[in-house]
Amino acid sequence: MADLQHLEDLVVQVRRDILRQVHAVNSGHPGGSLGCTEFFVALYQELMERKDDFNMDGIGEDLFFLSNGHISPVFYSVLARSGYFPVEELKTFRHIDSRLQGHPTTHEGLPGIRVASGSLGQGISVSIGAAEAKKLNKDNHIVYTLCGDGELQEGQNWEAIMYAAGNKVDNLIVSIDLNGQQIDGATQNVLPLGNVKEKFEAFGWDVLEIKEGNNLSAVLEGMKKAKAKTGNGKPVCVLLHTVMGNGVDFMMHTHAWHGKAPNDEQLEKALSQNPETLGDY
Amino acid sequence: MKKYTDSGKKDTRSGFGAGLTELGKTNENVVALCADLTGSLKMDEFKENHPERFYQVGIAEANMMGMAAGMTIGGKIPFTGTFANFSTGRVYDQIRQSIAYSGKNVKICASHAGVTLGEDGATHQILEDLGLMKMLPGMTVINTCDYNQTKAATLAVAEHQGPMYLRFGRPKVANFTPENQNFEIGKAVHLQEGTDVTLVATGHLVWEALQAAEKLHEEGISAEVINIHTIKPLDNKAILDSVVKTGCIVTAEEHNYLGGLGESVSRVLAKNAPTPQEFVATQDTFGESGTPEQLMEKYGLNANAIIKAAKKVISRK
Repeated sequence: MADLQHLEDLVVQVRRDILRQVHAVNSGHPGGSLGCTEFFVALYQELMERKDDFNMDGIGEDLFFLSNGHISPVFYSVLARSGYFPVEELKTFRHIDSRLQGHPTTHEGLPGIRVASGSLGQGISVSIGAAEAKKLNKDNHIVYTLCGDGELQEGQNWEAIMYAAGNKVDNLIVSIDLNGQQIDGATQNVLPLGNVKEKFEAFGWDVLEIKEGNNLSAVLEGMKKAKAKTGNGKPVCVLLHTVMGNGVDFMMHTHAWHGKAPNDEQLEKALSQNPETLGDY
Repeated sequence: MKKYTDSGKKDTRSGFGAGLTELGKTNENVVALCADLTGSLKMDEFKENHPERFYQVGIAEANMMGMAAGMTIGGKIPFTGTFANFSTGRVYDQIRQSIAYSGKNVKICASHAGVTLGEDGATHQILEDLGLMKMLPGMTVINTCDYNQTKAATLAVAEHQGPMYLRFGRPKVANFTPENQNFEIGKAVHLQEGTDVTLVATGHLVWEALQAAEKLHEEGISAEVINIHTIKPLDNKAILDSVVKTGCIVTAEEHNYLGGLGESVSRVLAKNAPTPQEFVATQDTFGESGTPEQLMEKYGLNANAIIKAAKKVISRK
């Protein structure tokens, strides 16, 4: 395993990248991005078996699909800092002519991204397709995906969840970012999800929880357990309990920063809580 | 005048099934997904021969489209099968984001298009699908005219990289194009030379256009007939070369006149060579229950309607 301190430093640096990206264009989604930073760092730095050269087909390596595409700032930062494209390119986030579109896309050929996302609810389906293709190719690797919790309100998810269990797609790990917030407020108030764990289990999935989704060690440990559950005839669901806006005190525990950028003063305050570790772009 | 003969009525969906069966044997990357309509789409033989490459997704079309997009990421060539209504309108956003915008090599195969679906009625008779699909950047849109052409098109789309919409139907229609024909995506087929009017048709209305041309010939009117199997990209040159000779044009399709072949043709003409045009198509209406023949008569989608439109457009020259 990589040095834990290095990974912790990367988490903080990614938080800075997220804040600086959205601040620069005064748009984007910092809240969910900050909440999933530890997950992305764990996934790309430790868990996934990845090839050095990006290939769209992704044969012979683990794959990741981001379903809740609005948290692109964390995705872009971790991809860049994992070698997929120059970290400098984060400067172009949401700018015209950029490969870093507001929501991720393959359209401009950004290495590391294999499907567009942003319109919610489609990621599990795409991941199932990729997982089934891996089985056909006798490619013994795992397909990971991340969905927002509010995103589960989209009906397509439940079509996919039913399919994956019914067809034993067991090379698939779907993580749900359970932060309890969506644009209009608490998920509980907008449209309650009920017991997500029981729902996945009732659909025939193996479910495990990571209670401390913003504790890097806990995420690493939980995701390794999830990995160990693959190949047993059931798809695997990870309930990742996170705090929206994690790492910036005034952004935490609220939906207010779901899709809002900090102003100059707020940025400074947020960055002061996350001092530079590995170098800003 | 060239004569065309019907070698025996066959459904175009069976042409798709035959093409898919052949692809199963010749292209190991081809996979098929179906949303509980295996028999209707004639996918049974593929399913029987290659159970490992056939995916029954249930009545869940959105998931099917997403899965198809995902399978391309493993290098597969997915063919999705369901009715045209559920292949397009129901899953427009899934096609838009996961397939078209993502540039995925998915073949959306749609049966039971248009009013000739018949007795099931308007809920299942989509007349807007060509428009929906042609508006998507990067989407190729194909509508075949008979069994042989549908089979050839199915083989051709597997070889062509990129998202494709392949539309065919349920009723048995005249099978008049050659067996084992070469199918060139984006290339119109000239069926009849003529000088007085151009008849441009797609789908099973191509046969109706040929019948109309014969009758017009008997009345001393020379009609040029062009089979447009690819709505997008449209063979602009074939259309423009023809109207230079004839000076007027009739478009014929089993689709709403808004958004279909006729509208694409009118854009080409408006930009390059403004020409009188008449539209044989449904007139911004939903369909209803009935036999295919009754519905084609009621909605003006047959040779008689084409003849009437041809005479009208000639008078407007």
